Amino acid sequence: MADTAAIDSAPIAAALPESRDDKALQRKIFLGLAVLLVVAPLVLYPVYLMKVLCFALFALAFNLLLGYGGLLSFGHAAYFGMASYLAAYSAKVWGLTPEVAILLGTVTAAVLGLVFGALAIRRQGIYFSMITLALAQMAFFFALQAKFTGGEDGIQAVPRGNLFGVVSLADDRAMYALVATVFFLGMLAIYRIIHSPFGQVLKAIRDNENRAVSLGYRVNQYKLAVFVLSATLAGLAGATKAIVFQLASLTDVHWSMSGEVVLMTLVGGMGTVFGPIVGALVIVTMETYLAQFGAWVTVIQGCVFVLCVLLFREGVVGLIARKIRKPL
Amino acid sequence: MMTIFGVPTQALFGQLLLGLINGSFYAILSLGLAIIFGLLNIINFAHGALYMMGAFVAWMLLTYFGLGYWWALGLAPLVVGVFGIILERVLIARLYKLDHLYGLLLTFGLALIIQGLFRNQYGVSGLPYAIPAELSGGQRLPFMFLPNYRAWVVVASLAVCIATWLVIEKTKLGAYLRAATENPTLVQAFGVNVPLFLTLTYGFGVALAGFAGVLAAPIYSVNPNMGADIIIVVFAVVVIGGMGSILGSVITGFALGLVEGLTKVFYPEASSTVIFVIMVLVLLVKPAGLFGRTA
Repeated sequence: MADTAAIDSAPIAAALPESRDDKALQRKIFLGLAVLLVVAPLVLYPVYLMKVLCFALFALAFNLLLGYGGLLSFGHAAYFGMASYLAAYSAKVWGLTPEVAILLGTVTAAVLGLVFGALAIRRQGIYFSMITLALAQMAFFFALQAKFTGGEDGIQAVPRGNLFGVVSLADDRAMYALVATVFFLGMLAIYRIIHSPFGQVLKAIRDNENRAVSLGYRVNQYKLAVFVLSATLAGLAGATKAIVFQLASLTDVHWSMSGEVVLMTLVGGMGTVFGPIVGALVIVTMETYLAQFGAWVTVIQGCVFVLCVLLFREGVVGLIARKIRKPL
Repeated sequence: MMTIFGVPTQALFGQLLLGLINGSFYAILSLGLAIIFGLLNIINFAHGALYMMGAFVAWMLLTYFGLGYWWALGLAPLVVGVFGIILERVLIARLYKLDHLYGLLLTFGLALIIQGLFRNQYGVSGLPYAIPAELSGGQRLPFMFLPNYRAWVVVASLAVCIATWLVIEKTKLGAYLRAATENPTLVQAFGVNVPLFLTLTYGFGVALAGFAGVLAAPIYSVNPNMGADIIIVVFAVVVIGGMGSILGSVITGFALGLVEGLTKVFYPEASSTVIFVIMVLVLLVKPAGLFGRTA
């Protein structure tokens, strides 16, 4: 296969060097986000906010792999969805408390990510994407046929239960507090990973894999590690979502979910710290308002994909970052 | 009644035939994907949607214009091919200098749009399309009943695959194509209009998908989701076979269809996942794919 075609622009905008100033700005944004998380439920509907936060965490996890590892997974619904099934099942049937159920779902996603990741990184580029998609489709058929997932019905009426066996999550405000905490910690973890030495090596691999190999890095171990981390955090988002909406269904493992998270990241800005949050906000809001148009949602999503790829590859946050000349 | 391993021969050969038919579609679709990828370096996610479009064009020709199956077999690939050429000129051509992943994302978006539009217009229940009168009925073979139409699908797909292979391997046009796949810049320096070649190749690749759609229309109902279901399996087929060889992708397609058919007989629960399982095994044993060259 001809791999000789000149590639003018790397998939992700080349990272600008970060100064202490930039870190201070990012810290301010984190602080602002924390304040927003506290204030938002006073103004907006908490269930809508929780949906945004779950998908934002999902998109952040996905972006860790795509934006910093340079790996386009087209099967992230598998980790999101299987974690959501396990959390829902363990909370409903085994009666586990929500935090244990979420943890169990997250661990499931980590294990699945380890297995699928080990297979997928055996190929590169476009094949990697096709393999992740095919593996996720396998997970979808498993969910469709397995007894415990409830097939077409999914697992419904999952109890939110009592956090640590004490605090009831039936109240939306209590639930919101948990989701906001999970989201914020997840986001901080991803920020930490990106800026760690591990994250630096990842970026080096993304920008030039051969050079990273020649510098003596075991590229595949790094790729697998970031794949597992990404799957784990996607699972955390999926498991939390199952408890919030008291539902795990085939929608969560379907390939269209994998496409949706790609879209969120693309709209917000691949390879930016805050982009996926903006992307999730935009897409979830769009879907909430367009739900009445039925199948047109798919058409509109497709159009957004096409327009973003052709005209707006940096995404919202990527564009802002370029304008103010600071990495976001 | 004759049985093999406790399975009636009628059921066994029936499923094998069905597998061979699915295999025909896998072969034609992965062939198109391989040709497009070879030259354009783009994985055409819209391939499934264009296959579905081929089936719908056949249905529309019959319903709105009264043009039957044989007309559709010629016209539908043409319509899909021209549509593909427009897509390539207007949208895809803008991405050649970018990373591969943008091509995948763009064509994924296109697939969503095409599928969504057809779903809005025709619903998801599927529309019937009759087998042409010339091919109705079947042959009573000693071990099974062979419907004529199904035999025709296998023969027609094989013929198209072999014809495509001959054009690419044995004609001057095919030589240009192979050369441009290896080194587009050099070929352009020799005075070949490479951009035109890219456009025509994409058109031809998706026309193949449209042709498969027409073949599929009388077997499966014409349904907006038919492309989405098959494209992921075809991706797995492509990973298994590797896209380096035309004949390789054809053989892989047919073989995997047969394996899927066999699984339906002996272990039906696994029939929807068996191709993915084989993909996993191939990745473990021969990561570059059965016919792939190691990069």
